[in-house]
Amino acid sequence: MAAFGSFALLIGLALAAYNLAAGALALRLIATGQPARIAPERLADTARRAGIASFWAVTAAAFALVYSVFTNDFSITYIMEHSNRALPAPYKFAAMWSGQEGSLLLWAWLLAGYGFVLRLTHKSDVKLYAYAGTILAGIQFFFLLLLNFAAPPFSLFSGPTPADGNGLNPLLQYPEMVLHPPMLYLGYVGFSVPFAFALGALMMRYPGEKWIKITRGWTMITWLFLTCGIFLGMHWAYAVLGWGGYWGWDPVENASFMPWLTGTAFLHSVMMQEKKGMMKSWNVWLIFSTFLLTLLGTLLTRAGLVSSVHAFAQSSIGTWFVVFMGIVLAVCVFTYILQRDHLKSDHQIESVVSRESSFLFNNLVLLTACFVILWGTLFPILSEYVQGTKVTVGAPFYNRVAVPIGLFLLFLTGVGPLLPWRSTSMKAVKRNFVLPCIALWAVVIAGPIVGVRPWHDGAFDRGNFYALIAFAVGAAVLTAIFSEFLRGARVISRQTGRNLLSGTWQLTRRNTRRYGGYIVHIGVVLVVMGLSGQAFNRSQEAELGLHTKLNIGPYTLDCIGFTQDSNANYNSEYAMLNVYRNGKYQFQMTPEKRLYLVSGQPQTMVAIHSLPSWDLYVVYEGTNPDTGRPIVKAFLNPLVGWIWFGLAVIVFGTLVALVPGVSSASTAALKAQAERPVAEAVLKGGD
Amino acid sequence: MRALPRASIWIRTAEAVVLAVAVCFSLGATSAASRFDNLSRQLMCTCGCAQLVGECDHAGCTSRAQEMTELTAGIAGGKTDQQIMSAFAAKYGATVLAAPPARGFDLLAWVAPFAVFGAAIVGTILLIRHWGNLPGGRMEPIAESNPATMTPEERARLEQIRRETGTDGGF
Repeated sequence: MAAFGSFALLIGLALAAYNLAAGALALRLIATGQPARIAPERLADTARRAGIASFWAVTAAAFALVYSVFTNDFSITYIMEHSNRALPAPYKFAAMWSGQEGSLLLWAWLLAGYGFVLRLTHKSDVKLYAYAGTILAGIQFFFLLLLNFAAPPFSLFSGPTPADGNGLNPLLQYPEMVLHPPMLYLGYVGFSVPFAFALGALMMRYPGEKWIKITRGWTMITWLFLTCGIFLGMHWAYAVLGWGGYWGWDPVENASFMPWLTGTAFLHSVMMQEKKGMMKSWNVWLIFSTFLLTLLGTLLTRAGLVSSVHAFAQSSIGTWFVVFMGIVLAVCVFTYILQRDHLKSDHQIESVVSRESSFLFNNLVLLTACFVILWGTLFPILSEYVQGTKVTVGAPFYNRVAVPIGLFLLFLTGVGPLLPWRSTSMKAVKRNFVLPCIALWAVVIAGPIVGVRPWHDGAFDRGNFYALIAFAVGAAVLTAIFSEFLRGARVISRQTGRNLLSGTWQLTRRNTRRYGGYIVHIGVVLVVMGLSGQAFNRSQEAELGLHTKLNIGPYTLDCIGFTQDSNANYNSEYAMLNVYRNGKYQFQMTPEKRLYLVSGQPQTMVAIHSLPSWDLYVVYEGTNPDTGRPIVKAFLNPLVGWIWFGLAVIVFGTLVALVPGVSSASTAALKAQAERPVAEAVLKGGD
Repeated sequence: MRALPRASIWIRTAEAVVLAVAVCFSLGATSAASRFDNLSRQLMCTCGCAQLVGECDHAGCTSRAQEMTELTAGIAGGKTDQQIMSAFAAKYGATVLAAPPARGFDLLAWVAPFAVFGAAIVGTILLIRHWGNLPGGRMEPIAESNPATMTPEERARLEQIRRETGTDGGF
């Protein structure tokens, strides 16, 4: 199987090389109109077919690796290092992306998959797709070069074949780890597609903005995958690492967050180009930057430039990535300089207080946030270079610098949709902002009364203060969004005689993009509120003997015993804790400590009881080596469930935005009726 | 008493808010427990787990235990937060501090993000004003909005606004 896999990768490389070379030649011939022996259109089609065949070759290689994991073929070094016989089946899949070579193969396979779909749907716009397909082939060529020469997944173990493998890293033996990396990679790799379209459109001086419409779906799906990947990673960190948190501003986390920020900025700013012909250069560079950031993130985490608790696959492929990033950047800059006159934008903007401006500010804040994170991630390297000593840039830095910027972004999330296009009047500002302002001040006043106080133990607490601000701004944003829904629903209700709920449904169906976007914003507010709850986390740690009690918040944890279990993969110890609330028995929690047999590594499995108000989070840390007594740490983490619920709302909103709006003739008249008051109000300087 | 102009009331309210926030930010943690909690989240655990010492979850982690003991002793000994942080940095190296100190070259870590943010805000405002002054950048207002009495140009503008307000927004 190793020979088959290696051969498949070689074939894939050859096909990608042909796709790149023949595609580039054909496009060159088409562009210059030079005569050739073969019709350039036919040559381009052979290139496209080679791209499709390359997908099957990489699929065969991926299959070979998975097959080898499942058949315990420890003659392959990668399998020996990342799997073992007792590893449960789902984690055998996870073994594929738990190491350098396997994760690169996953990357190449997903890229080939995206390319496969793109090449099959080429009839939407044959020429643009040919450009995009050729650019994707170039990226694919790089990854297949890596897989064939720098990080081959099928290299054979030197020496006699071991009876068993080293096993999978215990940190990765958790259900999210079967989903989180593929989701994240679908997001990372997916940004290659809008990048390829943007670069292709620029190369061919694509007329109009159709390429943006074509790539919108790709970009949104990619963004959704990346979002889900990031949140799954957060949940994994929360449930496995056992420190009670979910985001530690680790370089690997930052690496995934940066392209998310620029991708989000791109999703917003393309609307300005689509509708108003503005920000063309900006958008092109946003998507270029997003793609480059996905590569930079991989470089940072794979090349060992920065230390991380998440870096499971470090190696020496950094140089390859640096060279590739250099080539990509050079191609982007060269193409931009050559074609920049094609990106001449209209600049129809009148006022700092307008919808157009809010898009600009939104982009500005997202990019500043991206800069802050990149700066914090790279500063240790810079500091070491300048001063000779390394410094740590951890959570306290980001909490002080990034949180205020994030709050400003949250504020814009609410303000933007309330601002009319062109410019606004004081009358419109008053009408649109009264309710959100009331909500904001109501929370500011009520917050301290219900316990959200910007002080702790008699002293000012920055975290609590930011949390109060986040709740207040979040309430204002939610009020603003709901009033937008209500305003539109009322118009429809008046016109059609339907009730408000039905009006809201009609409203959303007619303009899925706008109202899907609003739903996403609601999800973002829920997530931010959930994150703010972190400021009020409480924890208690104790050595628990039999019937020793641990109190936290309204709960009392009564230790009723410890037990052990074992299977072929690991031995485990459980603490059995009866949980009482106000003296009344509620449920039992069994936090676990595992010892993986092959690797000999310990791992905690946290017990979590989630409520909308908080999570009771209990970690069995093991036994104190000095006293031999078990240590249990309990956390009461407010509002964590809001984060995961917020993600569900974001996913729902994105799916709504992806669905085409209803535009049948029957609703067109209704739509015109419903929109007339809005448009006329705008003309009068209203909303 | 003479009533203040409306703008002046707003300015004074804003001043009061800024002052209140500044006073809040200038207050430090006072109780020993608060200081311990605060400082334990500004120091890294030196066991190599890349976690804050207050959040290190390794059972029996000797580094955490030692740092916690030193932190408790520092607070009990009447040292200021700055003295405690300096003592840790001197003993374990600068990497024990979870954030760069705000002095020397490391001050750049703190200044650069806000400088970039401020410059970007000012730049964006100037850009918007510049675009507004470009030919065609500022559109003439339409006084009459009754479709029946509109000129073709106004009608086109109305259509444009309908298009923008009707199908734009969201993603």
